[in-house]
Amino acid sequence: MSINRREFLKSSVAASAAAAVGMPIARNAVAAAKAAEADWQWDKGVCRFCGTGCGIMIATKDGKIVATKGDPDAPVNKGLNCIKGYFNGKILYGKDRLTQPLLRMTDGKFDKNGKFEPVTWEQAFDEMEKQFRRAYGELGPTGIGVFGSGQYTVQEGYVAAKLLKAGFRSNNIDPNARHCMASAVVGFFQVFGIDEPSGNYDDIERTDAAVLWGANMAEMHPILWSRIADRRLTHDKMKVVNLTTYRNMSSDLADLEIIFKPQTDLAIQNYILREIVKRDAVDWDFVNKHCVFATGPVDIGYGMRNTDKYAFESEKDIQAKENSAVLDKYEAVAMRRKEGDVMEMKHTKAPLAHWTIDYEEFKRGVEPYTLDFVAELSKGDPDESLDDFKKKLQELAEIYIEQGRKVVSFWTMGFNQHQRGSWVNENMYAIHLLLNKQTSPGSTAYSLTGQPSACGTAREVGTFAHRLPADTVVMLKPHRENAEKLWKLPTGTVNPKVGSHITKLMRDLEDGSVKFAWVQVNNPFQATANANHWIKAAREMDNFIVVSDPYPGISAKVADLILPSSMIFEKWGAYGNAERRTQMWRQQVAAPGQARSDVWQMLEFSKRFKYKDVWGELKVPGLKAEGFEDGKLPDVSAAAKAMGYTGEESLYEVLFATADNKKFAWPDDVSKGHGNQTAELLGDGWFPEKALFEEYAAFGRGHGHDLAPFDMYMRDDVRGLKWPVVDGKETEYRFVEGEDPYVKEGQGVAFYGPALKAIPAGNLDGVTDQTKTKHTDKAKIFFRPYAAPVEQPDANYPFWLVTGRVLEHWHSGTMTRRVPELNRAVPTAQIFMHPADAEAQGLARNDVVWIESRRGKIKSIVETQGRNTMPKGSVMVPWFDESVFINKVTLDATCPMSKETDFKKCAVKVYKA
Amino acid sequence: MADPKRREFITKLAQGAALACSGGMVWGYLLSQQAKASPTAIRPPGALPEADFNARCIKCGQCVVACPYDTLRLAAPGENGAIGTPVFTPRDVPCYMCEDIPCMQACPTGALSEELKDIDDSRMGLAIIDIENCLSWQGLRCEICYRDCPIKDKAISIENHPRKISKHAFFVPLVHSDACTGCGVCEKACPTDEAAIRVLPAKLVQGEIGKHYRLGWKFDTEITQDFKPGEEEDAPAVPSGLDYLNEGTL
Repeated sequence: MSINRREFLKSSVAASAAAAVGMPIARNAVAAAKAAEADWQWDKGVCRFCGTGCGIMIATKDGKIVATKGDPDAPVNKGLNCIKGYFNGKILYGKDRLTQPLLRMTDGKFDKNGKFEPVTWEQAFDEMEKQFRRAYGELGPTGIGVFGSGQYTVQEGYVAAKLLKAGFRSNNIDPNARHCMASAVVGFFQVFGIDEPSGNYDDIERTDAAVLWGANMAEMHPILWSRIADRRLTHDKMKVVNLTTYRNMSSDLADLEIIFKPQTDLAIQNYILREIVKRDAVDWDFVNKHCVFATGPVDIGYGMRNTDKYAFESEKDIQAKENSAVLDKYEAVAMRRKEGDVMEMKHTKAPLAHWTIDYEEFKRGVEPYTLDFVAELSKGDPDESLDDFKKKLQELAEIYIEQGRKVVSFWTMGFNQHQRGSWVNENMYAIHLLLNKQTSPGSTAYSLTGQPSACGTAREVGTFAHRLPADTVVMLKPHRENAEKLWKLPTGTVNPKVGSHITKLMRDLEDGSVKFAWVQVNNPFQATANANHWIKAAREMDNFIVVSDPYPGISAKVADLILPSSMIFEKWGAYGNAERRTQMWRQQVAAPGQARSDVWQMLEFSKRFKYKDVWGELKVPGLKAEGFEDGKLPDVSAAAKAMGYTGEESLYEVLFATADNKKFAWPDDVSKGHGNQTAELLGDGWFPEKALFEEYAAFGRGHGHDLAPFDMYMRDDVRGLKWPVVDGKETEYRFVEGEDPYVKEGQGVAFYGPALKAIPAGNLDGVTDQTKTKHTDKAKIFFRPYAAPVEQPDANYPFWLVTGRVLEHWHSGTMTRRVPELNRAVPTAQIFMHPADAEAQGLARNDVVWIESRRGKIKSIVETQGRNTMPKGSVMVPWFDESVFINKVTLDATCPMSKETDFKKCAVKVYKA
Repeated sequence: MADPKRREFITKLAQGAALACSGGMVWGYLLSQQAKASPTAIRPPGALPEADFNARCIKCGQCVVACPYDTLRLAAPGENGAIGTPVFTPRDVPCYMCEDIPCMQACPTGALSEELKDIDDSRMGLAIIDIENCLSWQGLRCEICYRDCPIKDKAISIENHPRKISKHAFFVPLVHSDACTGCGVCEKACPTDEAAIRVLPAKLVQGEIGKHYRLGWKFDTEITQDFKPGEEEDAPAVPSGLDYLNEGTL
């Protein structure tokens, strides 16, 4: 039966209407509806949104997505979706989808102060090339930058990283994932020497306790939360604990809710560590065999600039603390110093340094964290009694320490977006390692991730300012050489100097040290804290900002050139979720109008440069590395010529459309008939997404990061595979013999991560023996003290401000706010506050208020009820809503180690507008 | 079983009473007012959609006469359902779902459609449960609605859930709209003071999942092996988003 779309819609409406009004269903209408569905073409895919990585099935017809469903075969979600997942198919079809390149122009020419007008791709690339060459010519590799993403597909991230690092010899690429899990990464590297969780989501069904530290999983990982809820309801022993700075929806299911003061999670962890020590609950067999104790410097600053040159007058008092701070009474106890002591921040340049200590020193470190001290410091709800709070802390310690109780600790942004984010991550592992509750199914410290491919792309591919693929880094010579070898480029090509992290890229735009920036798959001008600075920098400084986006958001609005981008199912791609599961999908539909995939955009741009444009000597201010002249990247032309290059090749030919890659031909049977706009528009017969995936995978195979062949992920019976995939077999649990092929027979457990194993030795105050000892196969148990937040409420700014997400919206809302149903559900970001605080300010629910910090002010609407219940003294504002631009208010302090911004604490005042 | 003569009489009486009370002019006025829509009226099996039903029904009362259980009656003035049209109140007398559908057979105008061949296909309304007052939803072992349902296990089923506050499982009734005819036997039988399960027109109570979504575990699909890509679309003549991008400040 043939039935066109209009008839189908008519007949399906008729069928449902007939069923609803009491008519016997007209059987031919039902049959017609079924026949139309029979025409649908189904394929597997992955949800576009969070790091959970739910599988979905997608139906297309006549070049449009007509339906989706949760994939019942996907082990993560078994056919379920949250409400964002439910709308995956609709995000492509928002009314204001960008379909043509738009350039700011006056009288037909680019003008930074002009209005956006449509241009052709040719015109867009012409201007982009001109502006790129201007910045690159003037400032070299550090004068340009890319704002990358944890929502890049694996292939997009790989193309971006390779174009920058191998092509333009610049490390100025950093993803929004920096704002998301960089602190977790530091934790993984310093503790295990290798990135990403060792367990998997099945730990939920195997545990006896889920302890949430700054992770509102009920809203942010909805499908994982339904697994935890099921475990709670069906396993008698199961307990759920929610540690948070305000009551959120995850408390609804919690047996124990601990509301703590911002930043004092550090103290609570140290209380638990002290309890473990005091009760002699350490599993010494395990610790002696597999762990060493360690610590690092405490005078590391707050990740702000060390000069007030760019600070607003009102922020100078906070900025000054980057150089020195006065210890308050709690820090004094926590760090065994005196209240009022001035701490000069001597390790802002080397916050990552660390050394081994002995157990006695570790004990001395945790000793001040008594129940009395920690309870007084950390109690977060003024209306709760100190005694009740103490009981809760004791109960928490008991849950961890209880013999035979399996425990999983989960965290996300509450830990990672933290001025000591790397420390809280490390403390978590310390607790689990001491108790030997880290490596067995159902017992582990589990770092969840926020974005769909923060793991799979940002981390594994390495789209960070310091990373190369598969856990290698630009600072280490053997890693650079490995990359150069795999990329068939001369030694000395890759820049050894770490580039600018994402917040620094903004600061670089402000101080003029970056003049060309390309924003890909993220919305940094809405997402970066202290945004007034960056909006001004984008619009008023001499720079050129390109934004690739499917929809116009704040970043597009401040751009000079907007490139319309393909969305998830309009291209081939792969994502990696928070359990190391790599999942792939095919292109399902073509992008609308002139919208093009990010891969195509980068490959086309790379055609505009010849190899000889980048192979000469290049200046890199501040570069200092063994084998390099200070401040310079070497001329590699001679070595390149010796390798057979002439210099006339385009970067496209040198980096991407190589002879090896062209062996992967398009079309390919694995497509099952699906299109590939990227390959077809390039038109030179290769299959970029497959070729580049295989090229990338070479970095990790044999090094603990083994990915399966591309075609294996595409198989009908595969729903993603958890790496390392060795001999076609995925790995459920890493570091464990029998599960992980990298653990040798007889080892039992081996923390084999190769990074940062050789370190000096010392005590709590510093290094005493510079000799580096290698602690092969061992994990580190860190002591990390409590440190006070750099900005705290005071008489002028009496409230803590915390920002976050809501279930209905994804990040800055560019996609979810285009879905009318989601927009209707949560149309605006409100300010959640305690009713007594509101009353004291003369405010009532639904009043419009100003929220003001040292950095800026915005308006919002008061909510004293709703999904979040604030303790007195704290307010919460979600950040999805660009008309409630909360990042104008937030503070751009970061964890000095991870450079991840702390969006969870700054001081504000709230008053009637 | 009621005497048909008596029922005919009562029917005529109802019509006559309305006439007697209101006079012909008002009768006509009431008809014009009420014939528009009666969103909460529960109609006999096979009734056309409400607007069509009101247009077709000549208020002859034949269906009421034909009903062997005194289920059907003619709507009184001021009641939901245009005056003189057939309705029933399940809590008083539900529809017992005669296999030969005598009411429909008696209808001279097709307001009760002959397309209804099987009484199980009728959709008089849909049973909905007030779970706060349903005894079974509170954990009591009632489930009368389930056991009385003429198409038990299709229209109403029981699901077990763990009950957090004790070691006893819930046995909760669930209504399935793909089978529920709206006969109202459940409503009649419900033992609470006010029925915790009751029949309403489906349109009043039923939501609809977006047409863009299918429940993964209920809707079988296989990956298409010989995919046919669709056409690419041209860009619109006027780019969207320009107003937002070019107007206003941040």
